[in-house]
Amino acid sequence: MSEDRTPVLDVQGLGIDFGGLTAVNEFSLRVFNEEIVGLIGPNGAGKTTVFNMLTKVYQPSRGTISFCGQDTAKLSVVEMNKLGIARTFQNIRLFTNLSVLDNVRIGMHNKITYSNIDAVFRLPKYYQQEKEVEERAMELLKIFSLADKAKITAGNLPYGAQRRLEIARAMATEPKLLLLDEPAAGMNPQETEELMSMIRFVRDHFRIAVLLIEHDMKLVMGICERITVLNYGMMLAEGTPAEIQANPQVIKAYLGE
Amino acid sequence: MENMKNFFRTLFDNNHRSRTVSYLIVIIGYAVIELMLRTGNLSSMFQSLLVPVTCYIVAALGLNLNVGVSGELNLGQAGFMSLGAFTGVCLSGVLAPVISNGIIRLILAIVLGALVASLFGFLIGIPVLKLQGDYLAIVTLAFGEIIKSLVNNLFIGFDQNGMQFSFVENKLNLAPGGKALISGPMGATGTQRISTFTIGIILVLIALTIIYNIIYSRSGRAIQACRDNRIAAESVGIHVANTKMLAFVISAALAGAAGALYGLNYSTLVPAKFDFNLSILVLVYVVLGGLGNMTGTIFSTIILVLLPELLRGLRDYRMLIYAVVLIVMMILSNNEKVKELLAKARQSLPFGRTKEVEE
Repeated sequence: MSEDRTPVLDVQGLGIDFGGLTAVNEFSLRVFNEEIVGLIGPNGAGKTTVFNMLTKVYQPSRGTISFCGQDTAKLSVVEMNKLGIARTFQNIRLFTNLSVLDNVRIGMHNKITYSNIDAVFRLPKYYQQEKEVEERAMELLKIFSLADKAKITAGNLPYGAQRRLEIARAMATEPKLLLLDEPAAGMNPQETEELMSMIRFVRDHFRIAVLLIEHDMKLVMGICERITVLNYGMMLAEGTPAEIQANPQVIKAYLGE
Repeated sequence: MENMKNFFRTLFDNNHRSRTVSYLIVIIGYAVIELMLRTGNLSSMFQSLLVPVTCYIVAALGLNLNVGVSGELNLGQAGFMSLGAFTGVCLSGVLAPVISNGIIRLILAIVLGALVASLFGFLIGIPVLKLQGDYLAIVTLAFGEIIKSLVNNLFIGFDQNGMQFSFVENKLNLAPGGKALISGPMGATGTQRISTFTIGIILVLIALTIIYNIIYSRSGRAIQACRDNRIAAESVGIHVANTKMLAFVISAALAGAAGALYGLNYSTLVPAKFDFNLSILVLVYVVLGGLGNMTGTIFSTIILVLLPELLRGLRDYRMLIYAVVLIVMMILSNNEKVKELLAKARQSLPFGRTKEVEE
């Protein structure tokens, strides 16, 4: 990964305070295109808080986030997604009453250009775009091995499939950076294995960057090219999986003295 | 032959079944009632209920989009109906000397009623829909009461010099030949009754078309996404306030249209008719028919409007029986076994649900 390219995501000195409590401080991170980066750390280290700042669910108190060279200080959650950041959630957030297919179609919301007038009067533009949307949604579902479950209500899917659907929905927004918040949580070893190859495939196929939070070290060490370790809201270490595994401070943070 | 078969199959496939059933019910209902009218088999009491029923159905369908599909509680549907009704009555009164054709005036009144109601819905929605929680319920509840009080104190008249308005006191100074359109608590009097059952049915069909076409589109999916999970909806780039606004404004517009039709069905209309009770009544039609279920809304509205009239013979026990029936319907429509039974019945229909891949 040569450092002279413009990073997809460039975070400098990011920090947030909740009242008097500083949850994250002095967090810096660069993610380059087609890179898989891991964000790890003990429980309560502030990993999800970082995600929430990157997607503007929380407005950072300090620091800058620039995305593809553009400063994002004034942008909202919706605008961050339009810019090219998509995410999944630690506690799965699907549209549980809607079908699997609809969940993915909703992800394509901003890729559809027909107006409500086109929809109410069922003008040709509606039919044409709806057909395209359905085809693209089915393609995505195939990639995440959900094609045969397209008509099922999302809330009735098994846990692992729900996690995959969340990624499919995020990918439907055509992001440049995909944030995965504990994608392997609750998965069995075999499902985790499949997930790993799926993440790699998504990166190669869509040529995007992936930033993921994960506790499953096999997954993190297996697919991440670089890893950032967070502890008590501060950056503890940064490096390749091999470097992180050998870092005495990281071992201390995880296992204690 | 094969084409016909395919066409019918599309009508009853998963995407279109509920829509087709709704249309069929409305059209068959209309045909049956027209037949009864022609053969003189409909009592005058039922005849007087025909237009109001279509009004309530339209208002309830709109509310179902807002409450059922969008998931925002709206307790002011009567306020929007009131706006539509009195706007419609005024427009019809003003246009009466110019346009003698009642149907054209009625259509114009319905359109203007819908526009005025949706404008007010939009204005209320701007601050409220940005908030999370039950604020829309609180604000629409107040809105209904405010509209009632406003119209109660409003005097509008019209003569050859143009329109005249006055508030709280009747200061209208109408030239001879002028006409008072709204006179405060007395409401609209001497309205020409131009509403017809046919226009009512057409309005129901239009309402169904708008609602279904919106639901099965980009915006409709977004509306449901915001209901199911606001945070996730934002994360895929959906502007939640705008999306909820769309459902709310359509709901208000349909209530306004229904109100105009209702107002022009009576020669006298008092503002107190559109009170909180009416808002709750329309909400009961929606809840009983099933949230998001348009066919159910049509059925429950018809039953609940007719029931008190059918029970008139019971005199003092009328409302008692009405209440009991209401409770029984509530329990049954939420009963798992009844739901299963209905699902089985649906499966056995020809062109029934295509088999879904189950887990």
